[in-house]
Amino acid sequence: MLLLAMGIGVAAVIVLTGLGEAARRYVAGEFQVLGTRLIIVLPGRSETTGIQPGLFSGETPRDLTLADAEALRAIPDVERVAPLIVGAAPISARGREREVPVLGTTADYLAVQNTEVTEGQFLPPGEIDVDRAVCVIGANVRRELFGDGPAIGESLRVGERRFRVVGVLASQGRSIGFDTQELVIVPVSAAQALFNSESLFRVLVQTRSRESMLRVRDQALAVIKARHQGEEDVTVITQDALLATFDRIFTALTLTLAGIASISLAVAGILVMNVMLVAVSQRTAEVGLLKALGATRRQVLSLFLAEALLLSLAGAVVGIAVGEAASWFVRKLYPALPLAAPSWAYVLAVITALVSGVVFGMLPARRAARLDPVEALSGRK
Amino acid sequence: MIRLDKVCRLFQVGDQEVRALDDVSLTIENGDYLSVMGPSGSGKSTLLNVIGLLDRPTTGTYTLDDRETTALDDDELAHTRARRIGFIFQSFHLVARMTAFENVELPLVLAGVAPAERKPRVTKLLDDLSLTDRSHHRPDQLSGGQRQRVAIARAMVMQPTVLLADEPTGNLDHASGAEVLAAIEQLNAQGITLIVVTHDNEIGNRARRHLRMRDGKVVDDYVGSRP
Repeated sequence: MLLLAMGIGVAAVIVLTGLGEAARRYVAGEFQVLGTRLIIVLPGRSETTGIQPGLFSGETPRDLTLADAEALRAIPDVERVAPLIVGAAPISARGREREVPVLGTTADYLAVQNTEVTEGQFLPPGEIDVDRAVCVIGANVRRELFGDGPAIGESLRVGERRFRVVGVLASQGRSIGFDTQELVIVPVSAAQALFNSESLFRVLVQTRSRESMLRVRDQALAVIKARHQGEEDVTVITQDALLATFDRIFTALTLTLAGIASISLAVAGILVMNVMLVAVSQRTAEVGLLKALGATRRQVLSLFLAEALLLSLAGAVVGIAVGEAASWFVRKLYPALPLAAPSWAYVLAVITALVSGVVFGMLPARRAARLDPVEALSGRK
Repeated sequence: MIRLDKVCRLFQVGDQEVRALDDVSLTIENGDYLSVMGPSGSGKSTLLNVIGLLDRPTTGTYTLDDRETTALDDDELAHTRARRIGFIFQSFHLVARMTAFENVELPLVLAGVAPAERKPRVTKLLDDLSLTDRSHHRPDQLSGGQRQRVAIARAMVMQPTVLLADEPTGNLDHASGAEVLAAIEQLNAQGITLIVVTHDNEIGNRARRHLRMRDGKVVDDYVGSRP
């Protein structure tokens, strides 16, 4: 019973903190896919306009254009610039058709996003406004349209235009809200023609070093402002800032969960006290005997405390086993969620278990130590 | 040597004060064999508890081997008790989940004696009390007489100077009782001070010196057989 209570307490701490930590890492992982040293420029002021992926930001006063992206490239310490246009379009090949998100970008996208191609190659580098009819497709798109047959060099209809498939993206999970497996990437100018729009969804800017990020951010803002008649109508986000914010949110979440779990440990502690009280009253005669044999108060006290500690420790061990098993089970069920408690959660859980064992074992142990040997032996109390 | 001087022990029962020991003065020489007899409630167990340092006199002084004990604190009392006094109880008070060997070893563990030193001492005592083949049995696997002999071994393992026995044969049949008495009298012959509390005249009369108590007072105190 006691082991169970302790075990559940410790397991709760481990699973709950594991959940919080997993959520944090999941989000961090999402952003990691964006690549490092990344600055994201999006049209509209963040205070006034919400940005939804796939939605054109028509309500901003001025669109972000390819010319703006080129101007960003001129800023010192900017290594790569990848403009993005996003839309959805029906695609078809060999008589099979489906609707997928279509991403218009440049060759730089591959490096900026830390992505790789498994087959063929990515969009060829070249002039940004040359409209080439080539595309790169996600792994799922490849499988569904071309099956096991060859995909490279095949023709693919996107909307009203035909493209030649030059590469297949590596499966890499999600990227800025899109599943890379479900994506078709075309040159940015082709996308402009496809969606009949000049405006960019966002511009990804990669700097040469982490240190220059802040400076580049400010300059990017200044450059766009100058080009937009002094209107500061874009939002510039650095990935670090985003990550830090999410990190803080999820750390708070994890700590809250750990706190809740700790309360269950305290409840387990009260159970420890109960069990120990029963143990003391059941063994009154034994305590009396120990005293008659010359045990000091301190010895009796430490004896019962040690017992409470051992019980708590056993409970903690059971709890860790149960928590691990539960985590393993969740990982099997939802492989996307990297459920694993951070090591401090284990330490915290075990320490809380032991501390509550000692704290709540103290009262019964003191009661045992204070027993009058004469009365304890005669069983009068 | 045990010297009690005007010792009183009062208990509060409800709003009534009970004098379990009423102005008892007593001197017991080392190596003596003493029996304490009297009806229930006459204070003989309290006397034993006071001598055994389990209980403190309310007033009066108790000197054990030239040491005034009334002023000692709990831990010093426990320490003195461990080294000078052995107890045997009517209901044995063995720890049920420990073997005979471990029960006998217990006082040594409490006193912090090194394990290497404990083993020969325990083994020798069990041997002296013919319990060698029983040393790894638990109390519930032993007969009453064997249990009490384990208790004797446990009382003796710290080599005390005083052995206190509270109705040591009260729970035993005649033959086992005789065995146990023989064992403790043997110890007395080797020089230990032996004090036996009993109801049984036959057992009481085996002692050298006899105390009779009534209502917390020593009413009779004589050596040898009553003329």
